[in-house]
Amino acid sequence: MSSNVGGKSTTVTEDASGKRVRSGGGGQTPPPLRPRRRGIGWAQRLEIAALSGPALLMFVGFVIFPVVMAAYYGFYKWKGYGKPTNFVGLDNYRTILTDSSFHQALWHNGQIVVLSLILQGPIAICLALLLNRKVRGQSLIRVLIFVPYVIAEVIVGTAWALMLQAGGAVNDVLRSTGLDGLAQDWLANRSLAIWTLMFILTWKYVGFAVILFLAGMQNIPEELSEAAAVDGASYWQTQRRITLPLLGPTIRIWAFLSIIGALQLFDLVYIIWGQYVASTAGTSTMATYMVVEGRNAANYGYGNAVAVVIFFISLIIALVYQRFVLRRDTEGALTGGQ
Amino acid sequence: MARNDTRWGNPAVYAAALLLIGVMLGPVIYIILGGFRTNSQIITDPAGLPHPWVGANYTDVLTSDTFWRQVGNSTIVALITTVAVVTLGVMASYVLARYKFRGRGAMYALFASGLMFPVTVAITPLYILVKNLGLVNTLPGVILPQIAFALPTTIIILVPFLRAIPKEIEEAAAIDRCSRLGFFWRMVLPLSVPGLITTGILAFIGSWNSYLLPLFILNDQDSFTLPLGVQAFSSQYSVDTAKVLAFTSLSMIPALVFFSLFERRIVGGLTGAVKG
Repeated sequence: MSSNVGGKSTTVTEDASGKRVRSGGGGQTPPPLRPRRRGIGWAQRLEIAALSGPALLMFVGFVIFPVVMAAYYGFYKWKGYGKPTNFVGLDNYRTILTDSSFHQALWHNGQIVVLSLILQGPIAICLALLLNRKVRGQSLIRVLIFVPYVIAEVIVGTAWALMLQAGGAVNDVLRSTGLDGLAQDWLANRSLAIWTLMFILTWKYVGFAVILFLAGMQNIPEELSEAAAVDGASYWQTQRRITLPLLGPTIRIWAFLSIIGALQLFDLVYIIWGQYVASTAGTSTMATYMVVEGRNAANYGYGNAVAVVIFFISLIIALVYQRFVLRRDTEGALTGGQ
Repeated sequence: MARNDTRWGNPAVYAAALLLIGVMLGPVIYIILGGFRTNSQIITDPAGLPHPWVGANYTDVLTSDTFWRQVGNSTIVALITTVAVVTLGVMASYVLARYKFRGRGAMYALFASGLMFPVTVAITPLYILVKNLGLVNTLPGVILPQIAFALPTTIIILVPFLRAIPKEIEEAAAIDRCSRLGFFWRMVLPLSVPGLITTGILAFIGSWNSYLLPLFILNDQDSFTLPLGVQAFSSQYSVDTAKVLAFTSLSMIPALVFFSLFERRIVGGLTGAVKG
């Protein structure tokens, strides 16, 4: 990348000062343009430091530092008061990895990751295709579809919990329309709760995927589908052969964000299923396990160790994903820059 | 080819759209209408319409100090977070987009890595850090970490935006003896307004809805933001469902208004960022 820009400013130098500079390069220097070209003068360093310093400081202080500290606290048995002194080595990690409720939470997280991709991806692609067409009232629909995404998790959780309880609105509607057989205890039934959660998650986050896909579709030149139409391609052929392949990078980035989000899921589960019910209803996640066993039980050392485990699981999955799935996208980006 | 005729007016498209709107808005409408009912109405007929309409729940909430204090807290937190994130974010993004220096790639990778780790992973040590700074139960205790955690998204959206500003403009500015900082102030900022608005909205909504961080940091009722307030209210008045619904529906208004005003801008602002 830098070579590219260097080349460009050399051209400028030539244009400004005449023919002979290019070959020599050492002797004659055109005064006004030279400092800009060198690029690492002290004034520029100062600018870089002043502009990026505050953001770096905040980021390192409140994101990187706590993550590092988690690794340190994780080796202690610690109630959160004073300095941790009771060093227990890997005991916390041994407990986590052998605790069956953590295994369950991990298993739930795995299900949520896979089901989120399977459910939200296709739905969001269909919706984005729908909204990308020129339909009357399209802008209204666009706003409405994002409504669940914009509403706070707490509100969504409270509302769905009320509607889905055994004597709630959902069962009432089912009974009054003669579908008594379908009325269920949606939240407490162990074999059903995870699907209830998946429905709510899809409802809540599909709007985000649609935003991303719509933005991605804006990048696809209209000439392509026009050309396809001229060649007699049907609407569906155009979408399948042109839009979807070109949307690939966007879909892969969305999938990445979705996986990471699903691994760290906390708010909705904690709000709807409360602190204790989540594990018995079969919806507990690693994050709710961390809060219940760490903060609520005042075992801060243990909570930090759980955080470290979540961190490493996320990191490994992220790296594997980047290595095998995102690689061709970033490869394109890198070679494009050189 | 007959299909082409029906392309823009297909009734199936509209039917699908209607169904979709119903599913998307059902719960929201349930919350809003539920607030206009009484508890006995809700118990005898959970899914019915208000009959008669009752305004008492809403007026009760709107006249309570608790609600307005929480609105105030949420507003302060969200506004300061938004302004700070956008300011720090655009400064850092400008450096990453338009300066050439050793370590630039590393700096970008550092911020981008933040995208992988939402607040969940760091929340326990973050709480301890905030406690050591003496900021538990204060709004800065929520604001500072929120700024830090909103930076990655902001920077990743803004860098391609700033990079897209044509080199020629910068060269023209340089010929007119405009310094890099002057160029940043006079050209880059005005040109990047759409990107700033997009990131600003995302930061505002994220902060307005944020739950986990305030849950750890704020334990005192007086410092609660709205999401904590909604939960506290719904457990305190767990038998008074109608009032909970009124409280809930009032607390979602600001984010909804904010979003519907700028929805178009969000899609526009993200367009440059999702290229990969």
